[in-house]
Amino acid sequence: MNVPAAWYLVLAAVLFGIGAFGLLTRRSALIMFMCLELMLNAVNLTFVSFSRTLSDVAGQVSVFFVMVVAAAEVTVGLGIVVAIFRRRRTTSVDELSEMKG
Amino acid sequence: MIGVSYSIGAVLVFVTAALLILVGAVGVLAVRNPVHAAMSLIMTLFGVAVAFVAQSADFLAAVQVIVYAGAIVVLFLFVIMFLGVDRREGVRVEPLVGQRALAGLGVGLTVAGLIVLLARSHWVSGAMSVSTNGAPLATGSGNVAQLGTAVFTTYLYAFEATAALLVIAVVGAIVLARRERALDEEAA
Repeated sequence: MNVPAAWYLVLAAVLFGIGAFGLLTRRSALIMFMCLELMLNAVNLTFVSFSRTLSDVAGQVSVFFVMVVAAAEVTVGLGIVVAIFRRRRTTSVDELSEMKG
Repeated sequence: MIGVSYSIGAVLVFVTAALLILVGAVGVLAVRNPVHAAMSLIMTLFGVAVAFVAQSADFLAAVQVIVYAGAIVVLFLFVIMFLGVDRREGVRVEPLVGQRALAGLGVGLTVAGLIVLLARSHWVSGAMSVSTNGAPLATGSGNVAQLGTAVFTTYLYAFEATAALLVIAVVGAIVLARRERALDEEAA
């Protein structure tokens, strides 16, 4: 008998927490993107767990679309990081304060 | 739930996936070199792929390895090396006072809330499938067939929209990362 989906849901919640903590505390834009990927993966894991619990493939379709959007997001996000690095020679979000009031 | 024995294999797979995921995730946070963080991210992504296989999402596990561990992490590494930012970030300094404590508190509360919610709620489970006409979730190649059928019938418009999204993202990334020729000539 397979382990209950709740185990995987708790694992996903913890993974989401680690990703959120990293996003809030790290200052390199690249590392923040990686933490964002951790959070997206936690949500994907939740979708797949519920898909198994409800025996419905719709959860897996959602994960499929999340992956596509994540790929697009990383492409544009890293493009922005490269553009910022060209102007400012840094990827630390602390030093990007032009829009500070 | 207590007293039910799960198969030793399933528990072993879960523990393996959990270890890969958690060690990798903590690695992304803790290491200072961005290249090492990307390597830890690969570890987590493989752990998630293991969890996908264990929950009969075989196709997604393959896509996870190809798209995430393959394309996305390679993109990260490419940008890290292209920019030459593989020097260390001082993780010890804390520019905002109390930032870490507050972040830890907020995240801890969120995770605890999620787990409490999980422990207190009851879900309907069983053969409730709408998108597969009541058929149970298939594994192996059946999983690919089910997913493909759902994507190309029920979710066809969403699928077409993702095609447009990907094209827009690629064009946007090229526009953002392209070097302005006029600026280059000025500088030269």
